[in-house]
Amino acid sequence: MTDLPTATPARDSELRREFRRAIRVMADARWPVLAVIILAVAAFAAIFGPLLSPFDPNRQNLALRLAEPLSAGPDGTVFLLGSDALGRDVFSRLLYGARISLTVGIASITVGGSIGITAGLVSGYFGGWVDDVIMRLGDIQLAFPFILLAIMFLVVMGSGVWNLVLVLGVGQWVTYARIVRADTLSLREKEFVEAARALGDSTLSIIFRTILPNILAPLTVIASFNVASVILSEAALSFLGLGVPPSVPTWGSMLAESRDTLIANKWWLAVFPGVAIVLTVLSFNILGDWLRDFLDPRLRERT
Amino acid sequence: MGSYILRRLLQSIVVVIGVTLVSFLALQAGGDPTYLYVSERASTEEIEATRRALGFDRPLHEQYLGFVGDLVQGDFGQSLSYRQPAMEIVLDALPATIELTVFALVLALMLAIPLGVLAAINRGTAWDGSVTTFAMLGQSIPNFWLGIMMILFFGLYTRWFPISGHVPFLTPLLSGDFGTAFSNLPRTIYHLILPGIAVGTYSLARNTRLVRSSLLEVLEQDYVRTARSKGLPELRVLVHHALRNAWLPVVTIIGLEFGFLLGGVVVVETVFSYPGIGRLLFAAINQRDIPLVQAGVILLAGIFVLLNLVVDLVYVRLDPRVKLTGGGG
Repeated sequence: MTDLPTATPARDSELRREFRRAIRVMADARWPVLAVIILAVAAFAAIFGPLLSPFDPNRQNLALRLAEPLSAGPDGTVFLLGSDALGRDVFSRLLYGARISLTVGIASITVGGSIGITAGLVSGYFGGWVDDVIMRLGDIQLAFPFILLAIMFLVVMGSGVWNLVLVLGVGQWVTYARIVRADTLSLREKEFVEAARALGDSTLSIIFRTILPNILAPLTVIASFNVASVILSEAALSFLGLGVPPSVPTWGSMLAESRDTLIANKWWLAVFPGVAIVLTVLSFNILGDWLRDFLDPRLRERT
Repeated sequence: MGSYILRRLLQSIVVVIGVTLVSFLALQAGGDPTYLYVSERASTEEIEATRRALGFDRPLHEQYLGFVGDLVQGDFGQSLSYRQPAMEIVLDALPATIELTVFALVLALMLAIPLGVLAAINRGTAWDGSVTTFAMLGQSIPNFWLGIMMILFFGLYTRWFPISGHVPFLTPLLSGDFGTAFSNLPRTIYHLILPGIAVGTYSLARNTRLVRSSLLEVLEQDYVRTARSKGLPELRVLVHHALRNAWLPVVTIIGLEFGFLLGGVVVVETVFSYPGIGRLLFAAINQRDIPLVQAGVILLAGIFVLLNLVVDLVYVRLDPRVKLTGGGG
């Protein structure tokens, strides 16, 4: 690396000022604070699920089937959110479900983001036929209803967390590629990129060390919205029985199982997993909105 | 213009080829597909005979060409569970799915426009706040869960709406039986309300935000300020100047929206035991009836591609500013 100044604002005071502004914007809007708290709770549940959950999520207790929330069995065990048709504790299963939703959400974005960012950088920097091929591929993928592609893939490859991550990740790359390409196109001719080129930096170094750091910020907005939509897709696919194996509790598969007892009005089986999904997805959406407002230069003067 | 249409057509053809390729590979990727067609106790000779009869012993590229050749002739293979041509089964279920999708789309757009306008012209007020909050929530609720909640409340608790079933409207209409079709219509709609809301809410929320932001942008334009300073009544400014330009982005996404709704339909139909392609696909997935899955996916994808093509071509006519030389569209 040369000592040439990069365009990234690296001065400490400037960073601190930006950070303070971020907090202030967040506190003013109020909702993002709530979103962060909810996501922190969800992340905590996902990481420490095994320590927090009162029961093994797969332990069946046929004597205590369909127990109502807060009801206690004869041996004094309390089902905080009730038990399901096999006598499994709903609360414990919800905690384990957080794992799958967050893991799949974040891992898919990592996969999709890496593919998309690389494709966008290559497309924007080199242009020409490479650009054409990559962008047309993206057009073609977007012309195909994504959920159908996912269904096809999972029917064939079988269910499993990593197949899910792969298919949901690949489903996202085009969005990143398009944005990164546009930004790369406009940065390609900027002085600091010219400078790096004149100094003899390798193409790889120019792309990843000089251009990439300057286009990352807007991607965080997309990533936040994408985690939300990926979690929704994961829930839908799990609901269809295409998610992870049945032994792993997920919010989507819990909802699928709740359908059998719906007529009997066992509402807690249908309500709680759904509330968990909505709160998580809503939080990512609110966070994305806040990030966009925060990063949008047109809105800057107001804060 | 001519070259744009040509390019767009070519692109659609490439997509359709891609769809058939993916569907074809779907059958192959799970191992030798012969085993899907024979019983578990079949002898080696039987398996060999079936393999040869179905052509699974031929090289892959030959099989693919055969597959496409059959598709072109309308032969999508036999459904494994129904023992009937797969496409016949799927086509039987198509009208119900179209009814649900169109109902959801109309519902979403009809409400999105007034809600978005209401929020935009009352920017920053409680109206705006409620609409934006509703839109945010609507984009965060899984459609199938919304369906389940509505079944619990409107179906089982208040008993206002049916929780399953379908009364055909398109099928009698298409067979020329207008009397039955229109006497069915009220009950058709009655059965569509809950699943329609479940499918359409996400789109409603997204489009409400789109209309709001699109109108806000237009309202800041010079020509709107000019119209206002001329002393035109606010309503006239809104309808004749602002809305006319704000609705264009909405038109663009109708095609995409329809495809997105088709995706949602697959899941929601299952919740409401609604006899469309979605429920069929769900059953086919569970029974590993791959030819039926192929037929359903290819049909839905084909409709999606065709619709987007039409929307793009219509859009070129609507908005002369569209850059015909720009990216694919």
